[in-house]
Amino acid sequence: MQRTSVGTRLGRSLIWAGLCIYAAGIIYPFVWMFVSGFKTTSELFNNTWAPPAHWNFQNYVDAWNQGVGRYFMNSVIVTLSTVVLTIFISAAAAFAMSRFEFRGKKLMLVFVVGGLMLSPEVSVISLYKLLQDMKIYNTYLSLIIPYTAFRVPFTIFLLRSYFLSLPREVEESAYIDGCGTFRVFWSIVLPMSKPIIATASLLTAMAAWNEFMFGLVFIESDKLRTIPVGLMNLRGAFSTNWAVLLAGLSISASTMIVFFLLFQKKLIRGLTEGSVKG
Amino acid sequence: MTAEEDSPFRRQEGTSLRSNQNRSLILLYILPALLLMTSFIYYPLVQNFIYSFYRWSAFSSSKVFIAFDNYKRLFLDPVFYIAVKNNVLYALVSVLCQCGIGLIIAAALEEKFLRRYQGFFRTVYFIPAVISMTVIGLLWQLIYNPNIGIVNAMLDLLKLGRFAHEWLGDSNTAIYAIILVSQWQYTGYIMLLYLVAMQKIPAELYESARIDGAGPTRCFFSITIPQIKEMIVVCTVITIIGSFKLFDEIYVMTAGGPGRSTEVLATAMYRSGFRNDEMGYAAAFAVVLFLITFIFTLIQLKVSRTSEE
Repeated sequence: MQRTSVGTRLGRSLIWAGLCIYAAGIIYPFVWMFVSGFKTTSELFNNTWAPPAHWNFQNYVDAWNQGVGRYFMNSVIVTLSTVVLTIFISAAAAFAMSRFEFRGKKLMLVFVVGGLMLSPEVSVISLYKLLQDMKIYNTYLSLIIPYTAFRVPFTIFLLRSYFLSLPREVEESAYIDGCGTFRVFWSIVLPMSKPIIATASLLTAMAAWNEFMFGLVFIESDKLRTIPVGLMNLRGAFSTNWAVLLAGLSISASTMIVFFLLFQKKLIRGLTEGSVKG
Repeated sequence: MTAEEDSPFRRQEGTSLRSNQNRSLILLYILPALLLMTSFIYYPLVQNFIYSFYRWSAFSSSKVFIAFDNYKRLFLDPVFYIAVKNNVLYALVSVLCQCGIGLIIAAALEEKFLRRYQGFFRTVYFIPAVISMTVIGLLWQLIYNPNIGIVNAMLDLLKLGRFAHEWLGDSNTAIYAIILVSQWQYTGYIMLLYLVAMQKIPAELYESARIDGAGPTRCFFSITIPQIKEMIVVCTVITIIGSFKLFDEIYVMTAGGPGRSTEVLATAMYRSGFRNDEMGYAAAFAVVLFLITFIFTLIQLKVSRTSEE
């Protein structure tokens, strides 16, 4: 009974082979990218498969100095601001919506769900006009504010369901001891929700870091560009120097890969809870 | 706030509001979120509808009301039909590949003999989904490059050199080359959603099926698929929505070319608005995009609500 038949063995080997080929198809392009970043341009043309003759970091240094470094810092500023704003604004709203009865609560919920349904791509034309009228077009704010606005509905949703699941005893006794709502929010609910806040922050950070369309349209000057849009410029600037472009891509990709490997569990938990494609 | 206001006696009425002062305080908690969503999500949406009835450009103040002319033009524009065709093609392939093959891979990884290695495969397959589309797009542009890329070099190696091709430069192959990149990037993501759903299926179901003599294929069709059917629908719908919102992939790899052969709705909108400065016409594209994604999102909400009940 326990002996596996030849047919089963063959089937399993085929599945193994398929999975391994697929994995190689994912890994190899990245390896090629990292390795090619060390090659000279002529090596790129002549030795597609061979490793570089000299592993020099010059391409990486050039890529960093000629734009990637600046784009990287811009992305850090925009991403961090978006995360902080999104978390505070969403947590405050989610706290009120999970703890108090007020008129219009249902309406607020509909409003949040509606916001979840609308995709940013649809608003890009009118947002462009709005940001121009507000005189914040082509500033960091022209990215931070729209990013935050479009992350808030999802984050409220995520935090609200977590807040609803928290036990209330501590809060109840805090109220009896005379704490105000803000004290309860700040010193009890927020610290108790650290895991979900971490997940929400990571998801927001990933979305802001990778966003492309707003970054392309709402920022005009090269000095303020974020990484995804900046890399497009790098392609223009190094139209023949592929190796430097590959080095730039490697820098950007490795940031995300390290980030993902570090926070894998939390990210996956949030992504599957939301079932929303980035 | 004083202790008196929060006295336990008033709180007997529930955790609800205790005084008028509190009522305005509650408003303070939700006001920032409310303001932000109103002015940067809902207001632009309404504005976009209005804009689509005008002829206007970003750098002049003159706006001419032209009623439905933008829409009439849209429905006569051959690029509109190319774009819709490409979006539909994209959706079809993505549903088949990501939702179909993704499901099979997820089921394979849940088989007992592979469980131990599941973590590794899961991580590897998922990685492309966390990297920005610009990086993926530029990387694949170089992979497809006839001079330095590995696609043609690989064909050479397999003695299939006669199929070597300028994949992104030929209007017959460009859209398929881009679609392939998206499958490469997102199949692992959908697979992961399936895995999470599969892990919630009670193990007893499989055990009793095995005692009854059911093989893995039988279990897949009779247990796995019925048990995760909500997730299958959700994945299908989000894949379709994603296919219609598509912008980054196309813009990075071909910008709609060669000719207009890889144009999709979002890139056509971008080109009208920010290249040709016909903002009203671009707004009409955005309205079409909104209507399509809105319908599918309603379906998604409906499905996820029924599965929660």
